[in-house]
Amino acid sequence: MSAQPVNVDFDPGLDPALDPDVTPPPTTASTGTPVLQARGLVKRYGQVTALDGADFELYPGEILAVIGDNGAGKSTLIKALSGAIVPDEGEILLDGQPVKFRSPLDARRLGIETVYQDLAVAPALDIAENLFLGREIRRPGPFGSVFRMVDKGRMLREAGGHMADLKIGIRSMRQAVETLSGGQRQGVAVARSAAFARHVVIMDEPTAALGVKESGMVLDLIRQVRDRGLPVILISHNMPHVFDVADRVHIQRLGRRIAVVEPRNFSMSDAVAIMTGAMAGERVARN
Amino acid sequence: MTHALSENAPGAAGGAFDRSRVFNAQLLTSLGPLIALVLACAYFASQSDRFFTGSNISLIIQQSMVVAILAIGQTLIILTAGIDLSIGAVMALGTIVMTKLAVQNGVNPYLAILLGVLTCAGFGLANGLLITRLRLPPFIVTLGTLNIAYALTHIYSEEQTITKLPAAQTWLRTSFTIGETRVPYSAVLMFILYLMTWYVLRQTASGRHIYAIGNNPEAARLTGINVRRMLVYVYTIAGVFYGIAGMVIIARTQVGNPQEGQTDNLDSITAVVLGGTSLFGGRGGVMGTLIGALLVGIFRNGLQLTGVASIYQRLITGILVILAVSVDQLARRRQG
Ligand SMILES: Nc1ncnc2c1ncn2[C@@H]1O[C@H](COP(=O)(O)OP(=O)(O)O)[C@@H](O)[C@H]1O
Ligand SMILES: [Mg+2]
Repeated sequence: MSAQPVNVDFDPGLDPALDPDVTPPPTTASTGTPVLQARGLVKRYGQVTALDGADFELYPGEILAVIGDNGAGKSTLIKALSGAIVPDEGEILLDGQPVKFRSPLDARRLGIETVYQDLAVAPALDIAENLFLGREIRRPGPFGSVFRMVDKGRMLREAGGHMADLKIGIRSMRQAVETLSGGQRQGVAVARSAAFARHVVIMDEPTAALGVKESGMVLDLIRQVRDRGLPVILISHNMPHVFDVADRVHIQRLGRRIAVVEPRNFSMSDAVAIMTGAMAGERVARN
Repeated sequence: MTHALSENAPGAAGGAFDRSRVFNAQLLTSLGPLIALVLACAYFASQSDRFFTGSNISLIIQQSMVVAILAIGQTLIILTAGIDLSIGAVMALGTIVMTKLAVQNGVNPYLAILLGVLTCAGFGLANGLLITRLRLPPFIVTLGTLNIAYALTHIYSEEQTITKLPAAQTWLRTSFTIGETRVPYSAVLMFILYLMTWYVLRQTASGRHIYAIGNNPEAARLTGINVRRMLVYVYTIAGVFYGIAGMVIIARTQVGNPQEGQTDNLDSITAVVLGGTSLFGGRGGVMGTLIGALLVGIFRNGLQLTGVASIYQRLITGILVILAVSVDQLARRRQG
């Protein structure tokens, strides 16, 4: 399979004769080495095959949306890319180099930060503590090295800076996260990722739990992250959001990528048709 | 179009309202125990001249000490959203190991203490491993180890109370005086243990990780915290505290008694809850637990001094527990 020429627009694992009737135009962003790439990812949960040979590419400086029906394997795909699960088969490449993530920490060490669908925050801890959870800064000198004392003042200051970078206007970093609104909590999770990511930011359904206005704010945050030079993977099944911010759209169906399209020359309804199988229905049925 | 997330967030007004209520409920859970302590002291002092004497305060502390030390371990475990029912039984086994080895087998008394503490730590380790490796609920695991430790205590001790302990095993009961108040070294030890635990919980990353695990274990895992390893540490360290409590109780009673500690699991949970730590994990702290343990001791002592039948202490403790849990539940319901 890896010997085949890789066609970024369509899953190379599929029989070319079975291509969907609508062929998306070639993309311009898809040149050079992908920042993050996956080939033939498989993940099974007992009887359920969540990923069934999924491929994936993310290029520098882009917002790549991943869309698909419920159960298409979007969350499982990004969990594999962020180290939250270990795929049964397939490989992941970072800047063209094969990598193996055994835990989220492995991915984070390589600069991949993730905002999970269920917002991995500790509600009773404050904003600064959440931003630095798992990578607390210790105080300089013996207090830090011998007594392992964390530098609360510095973390509070830096947390304030990170939140301000993304124009998230929360005054006190000492506020417990549970006292924040949904959008503000999302802001904390996004700020944490943006602050520490050196390579990639992944966001799983960041607007799913939000109202219209708060969603708009989070989409702005996503653009700001990209404009600071970090490529973003955005998982969503909200088509207007996807077509609003994404540079390219990866369409996931039944555990595989079945197409990649560009929003600026592809219609939302066609993307939905591919996503739901209406457009390539026979092909899926024959598989 | 650039929004700031604080501006015009939906329900901003409602949010501000909720915020103040969360704040109040949290303030109540953290200050409530202290207020109860002050009120109880004021009441008993007004009822009895003897209450606020140095010797009586020393007595209260000594009576509360063992449960207070056990409750440090229980606090750590409850902060991770766990629970330990094996606490008193494990301590009792530790005391029998310490005393029997020293008295009947001629083992060096310090080494015997160390072996007793290690026995308790071993039980904690077993609890932690069973909970994390087999993913069993802490309640069930520790119910099992409670019975195992209880049985081992009685088998190993052959139901005999071990007496004539070497002086080295009871020196913790020796004391110095501040003014007219006698302070045994074991009380100093207790305060040091509380301060150390407070420091770890408040000032170190590990402490914050314990809170995060109790708050949202999946979030903790995803941020790279090794949740299972931390839980094993917590249960093991709790075991060490049970061993130290055992060391304190043999010094205080000067015997190794296989009947020791039978209500300590519930008493330690009572202290933790009265201290404002949430049984759901992730909220509270160890200093509240110290207040909770002292509160129980003060009621017992104060009611005795004022000539009220001691059964009323249980009644009041029960009411306070319900009150504390209700406040906690209220604080939790107000969140997000
Ligand atoms: N931890 C899990 N255990 C069992 N099945 C799972 C688990 N995670 C996902 N699945 C299953 O895998 C499939 C893909 O799930 P998911 O990746 O969450 O899809 P999506 O995010 O696209 O809705 C679904 O059928 C889901 O039920
Ligand atoms: Mg999902």
